[in-house]
Amino acid sequence: MAKLRVGVVSPEREIWTGEADMVIAKTVDGEIGIMPNHAPVLGVLVEGGVLRVKRGDGGDLVAAVHGGFISVADNDVSILAEAAELGSEVDVARAKDALQRAQASIEADQEDADARLQAKRAAARLRAAGEEV
Amino acid sequence: MGAQLRLLRRRIKSVKSTAKITRAQELIASSRIVKAQQRMQAAVPYEREITHAVSAVLSNTTNVDHPLTVAKEQPATAGVLIVTSDRGFAGGYNANILREAEALKGHLVGRGLTVKPYVVGRKGLTWHRFRGREMFGEWDGFSDNPSYGNAKEIAGALITAFKAEDGIDEIHIVYTGFVSMLTQNVIVKRILPLEVEEAETPPEGIPPYYEFEPTAGDVLDSLLPRYIESRIYNALLQSAASEHAARRRAMKSATDNANELIRVFTQQMNQARQAEITQEISEIVGGANALADAAAGKE
Repeated sequence: MAKLRVGVVSPEREIWTGEADMVIAKTVDGEIGIMPNHAPVLGVLVEGGVLRVKRGDGGDLVAAVHGGFISVADNDVSILAEAAELGSEVDVARAKDALQRAQASIEADQEDADARLQAKRAAARLRAAGEEV
Repeated sequence: MGAQLRLLRRRIKSVKSTAKITRAQELIASSRIVKAQQRMQAAVPYEREITHAVSAVLSNTTNVDHPLTVAKEQPATAGVLIVTSDRGFAGGYNANILREAEALKGHLVGRGLTVKPYVVGRKGLTWHRFRGREMFGEWDGFSDNPSYGNAKEIAGALITAFKAEDGIDEIHIVYTGFVSMLTQNVIVKRILPLEVEEAETPPEGIPPYYEFEPTAGDVLDSLLPRYIESRIYNALLQSAASEHAARRRAMKSATDNANELIRVFTQQMNQARQAEITQEISEIVGGANALADAAAGKE
């Protein structure tokens, strides 16, 4: 079976490239699963989403992806993230700390959009690292 | 010790310490160019992909009338983003940018536009302040090591101004493009209304027909600002690399000049020292002769 060529890039660096059997990402319309020979798609990703790249024998790659796009054409999948972090690179203690701080400021001020964004991001990082949120 | 000798010694000492400083600056700049180049390299994949995505959307939607791509029929104001450095010691780096910015301003005024400067870098800020020119955006503190957040902030301000009713109708950017260690050119570009720069190789055949999630318009809405951010980020990165390259070159020639000065002064100092010794000897000989003559006269 054909494989997908996947690239996860952020403005500051290339985070991961490689081959995969399936990519699951979360767009603003809902989760989208891409398998080889998928029709060309260009989607907007949600803030604080979790990206899963299924690699068959190589195990799954999980990354926290904050905003950005997914573009699929000719078995090339590009994830253009504003910021992204591989699950294995996440500093769990720090992410937990950030989540707690963000939740505290949401409780103090329900309208705090910035804190909501922080909370979403921290939660995505924790989920990518395999933690329960 | 003669006065001239003392003076020369003092000058050599001061030139030597200057040379030490410029040499250190040169070495620092050299090491930072490498880092800046690596950052430029690291940003390439994202730029390539986002350009690809934008051209994909534009080729799939027949009539694009997104506010960011439509040129106003009668533009009245133009914003100019000028990217300068925070620190000097970089030869003609900032002077070149500001000269080009002035030329662009002249050109825009010639077209009947009002020019609103947006300035990055402390050098550009002081230049504008000194001339009492109003600035509509001011950023500093990151010229030698810009982050994507900086680019986002600048792009955000520019896009807001562009979308506003009484804002700006065109946005131009003046920055220094990094070609190589030895060559950096000032680049003047229009970034809004948007002209998508195609990748070097045009895609073969018919571009694939994309599905959009949620819709083409929504994708474009969030894609175009990202594209502009990425263009500005690229300009900031290139400017940073150019700044370090310009500084390295300026500091190298300063060090060379200092070493040349030291050589000349050392020569002059040796001459002065020799002249002094010669004079002392002739004084001693003259004195001895006079004594000898006096003694001979007595006898």
